[in-house]
Amino acid sequence: MQIKVKVNGVDHSHDVEPRLLLVHYLRDTLRLTGTHIGCETSLCGSCTIHVNKKAAKSCSMLAVQADGCEITTIEGLAANGELHPLQEGFKEMHGLQCGFCTPGIIMTAADFLSQVPDPTEEEIRYALKGNFCRCTGYHNIVKSIKYAAAKMKEEVTV
Amino acid sequence: MSTTNGLIGQSVKRVEDKRFITGMGRYTDDIILPLQTYTSFVRSFYAHAKIVSVDTSAAAKMPGVVAIFTGADVAAINGVPCGWQVNFKNGDTMKEPKHPLLVADKVRHAGDAVAMVIAETREQAKDAAEAVMVEYVELPVVVNAAEAVKPGAPLVHDDVPNNICFDWELGNPKSEVDEAMSKATHVTTLEFVNQRMVANAIEPRSYIGSYDAANEKYTLYTSTQNPHLIRLLLCAFVLGIPEHKVRVVGPDVGGGFGSKIFHYTEEALVTWASKKINRPVKWTAERSESFLLDAHGRDHITKAEMGFDNDGKIEALRVKTFANLGAYLSSFGPCVPTYLHGTLLQGLYTTPKINVDVTGVFTNTTVVDAYRGAGRPEATYLLERLIDLAALEMGKDPVELRYKNFIPPFDGVNQPGYQTQVALQYDSGNYEGVLTKGLEMLGYADFRAKQMEAVRNGKLLGVGFSTYIEACGIAPSAVVGSLGARAGLYEVGQVRVQPTGKVSVFTGSHSHGQGHETTFAQVVAGKLGIPMEDVEIIHGDSDSVAFGMGTYGSRSIAVGGTAIVKSIEKIVEKGKIIAAHKLEASAGDIDFADGKFTVKGTDKSIGFADIALTAYVPHVYPKDLEPGLDFSSFYDPANFTFPFGCHIAVVEVEKETGKVILKRFIAVDDVGNIINPMIVEGQIHGGLVQGIGQALFEGAEYDDNGQLTNGSYMDYCMPRADDFPVFETASQVTPCPHNPLGVKGAGEAGAIGSTPAVVNAVIDALWSGGHKVKDIRMPLTSERVWKAMQ
Repeated sequence: MQIKVKVNGVDHSHDVEPRLLLVHYLRDTLRLTGTHIGCETSLCGSCTIHVNKKAAKSCSMLAVQADGCEITTIEGLAANGELHPLQEGFKEMHGLQCGFCTPGIIMTAADFLSQVPDPTEEEIRYALKGNFCRCTGYHNIVKSIKYAAAKMKEEVTV
Repeated sequence: MSTTNGLIGQSVKRVEDKRFITGMGRYTDDIILPLQTYTSFVRSFYAHAKIVSVDTSAAAKMPGVVAIFTGADVAAINGVPCGWQVNFKNGDTMKEPKHPLLVADKVRHAGDAVAMVIAETREQAKDAAEAVMVEYVELPVVVNAAEAVKPGAPLVHDDVPNNICFDWELGNPKSEVDEAMSKATHVTTLEFVNQRMVANAIEPRSYIGSYDAANEKYTLYTSTQNPHLIRLLLCAFVLGIPEHKVRVVGPDVGGGFGSKIFHYTEEALVTWASKKINRPVKWTAERSESFLLDAHGRDHITKAEMGFDNDGKIEALRVKTFANLGAYLSSFGPCVPTYLHGTLLQGLYTTPKINVDVTGVFTNTTVVDAYRGAGRPEATYLLERLIDLAALEMGKDPVELRYKNFIPPFDGVNQPGYQTQVALQYDSGNYEGVLTKGLEMLGYADFRAKQMEAVRNGKLLGVGFSTYIEACGIAPSAVVGSLGARAGLYEVGQVRVQPTGKVSVFTGSHSHGQGHETTFAQVVAGKLGIPMEDVEIIHGDSDSVAFGMGTYGSRSIAVGGTAIVKSIEKIVEKGKIIAAHKLEASAGDIDFADGKFTVKGTDKSIGFADIALTAYVPHVYPKDLEPGLDFSSFYDPANFTFPFGCHIAVVEVEKETGKVILKRFIAVDDVGNIINPMIVEGQIHGGLVQGIGQALFEGAEYDDNGQLTNGSYMDYCMPRADDFPVFETASQVTPCPHNPLGVKGAGEAGAIGSTPAVVNAVIDALWSGGHKVKDIRMPLTSERVWKAMQ
């Protein structure tokens, strides 16, 4: 089937097998390998991207379901070469170790902060329910998201 | 050699982060080689069954199929080997049945591979694998280690009587321990299960084998913790191919926690098949395969007894463990319940008589091997549960009981190391110190009053302690060799100073989350007095890194870091000779500090980069000195390192539901000197969640048919962010006396200390409400805790 998608601002058109998962389309066809596959069952969250500006698990969507959609992946998050506040936060607060879950968690957090710009510790931890990290114990991930929230607030104020 | 620019000991932000936060990491599954094929395995649904026939004819005609291999095709190839030999008490060597690459005769656990299907695409390989017809005759199944040794139990391997791989003991003679136990005025006995765990690295295992016919050379890309070790096992033990014709690359790896140490059948198969079909072959596990095939951890059934005198001094410890090894021997399976478990049963205490007896058992389950901590969490759980329980039983304070039994402080320099009853000699320790610090953070003075108040208010509040020790910095080769290791456990570090003074460091310590690219660069830049940006750490490729033994057992900084320091020392020594020549002094009169070689007592100096350039452009140069500034060192440690610490959990147990709420978690860890506190804290946090996860959430469950009933993220309860409070961590520093950095290692501490603290806290909470429960099987689900209260 023919699909048209806009990924990280670039238009793509491909003929895909109906059963092709969106995550495989992104990784294998477009070679955007920053989106990872940890469980193929929508539970670990490593494959989280934005579809029409909302966080979605790309292992549980077919590529054909994304026809006509606007998609952002981790590769498209930094604007004009400047790190997104979340990317900066994860580096500053040591919010990652092996880095495998990190793109998914950052994409989840980006959607979350767009809805809850000034979250509490509890709200952040709750928002991460759909993302597993086996390295960090989540401790510094929470701090990273707090860092980003503060930074984004600052940017809005300025 | 002084450290000059203050880099060592600083929380420097990680240099590796940039690629990961921007999606530019490169994990094995991200790699697509030209003409790459995909493989899917035909795996047994049964845990134990005879294979009657394998029919691949329909599958072979499926679209895109390139090749299909079965057990018959690989029958002449060796199985994957075991790297550690444990002997029976009578001196007989352990039973070591073949672990074939593909099974031909009978399957021995659910997930055992019967055929390998290679096709043009991932989906075509999966479709064709489903079309392979295998006829089985089911056999009776055994999953529990204590059951498997009983007469008449089904045999996993026909030639292994009673499924016993080995029986083994360590410590004082059992008769002496029995006698000491019989004289004890109080004996605390605990029979318990240290449940089976799944490592669950978020990156599933992934391999690509490729063969270059022109050069007759293989390349294996593998999500491994130790590429050189895989190359050694693959070449020398499995495929019998020359080692110099194999390149093993471990690119970015998404977590390991032990499960990616081991050499797996799929690594050998993709390598072997790539030559057969003369195209690259890729396999990436699905999560359900990760659950069924990645080596599991723990799974001990133990009876432990601790005898005390009137005063509360521990007089004897007696331990009997049945260790489940799974269906085959994994790379280090036999070592974990023996030399990584029995040897830690001294704990932090002066127990004069210890005997540990371990039976290693085959069952129809996934192989069991090292999982974060590996043996040491099992030993810690045993000791720390016993001591808190003993305190409850004897009406003593668990803290006082610990102080009474602690080995006194010793630094390993002015006071000798502590010789245990179970083979090890501890390097240095101040065990009272970590407990005292933990108690201050907790506010223990007020805790019992709060607990009584909680009881009055109809609530259950509990505190649990765990004061642990671990053996890290694995390991002195001669020692482990005498104990059965079939490999040396040194590490290799090469420091290549480039002509411009920039430095490339090649280390055998693979990094898959630990931040070596930062920590090691701090060491090198700190020691050489140059900026961090001038140093690059290279790891993971057997063609660029001379050799290495890899990352496990919290060994990287203590062993890999020391190998690098040894090379730096050689560079400085040679630099002094070059500097002396240029400054017309004798080498003995040259100091090296702040990145400068200086003639002692003068202002005559020459910079590091100038010396580097001179070494490569040796126009004015000492006679008989080789050009170049590039040294490689092997470091074989003198001893293990022994980090230790105190973990304290505070829990509330809901009376109505049995739900355990972790209110506080305090961790005071002493991992020796610290190069990067931020990274060490991160390691501790991650370990804590895995250790607490074992106490409260996780555990692999098999039914009687050998089916893993919770082999998915729907069913296996992974710890999530909202399961935890904000951790309260602190460190104490007791340097390691036998390596130049004074470091001990921090990778496993969190997972080793935390589990018993949480369970002890729950038991304490229950006792406070009058429920005198000795044990609740982990994980402590609401249901189990609620039942225990009824």
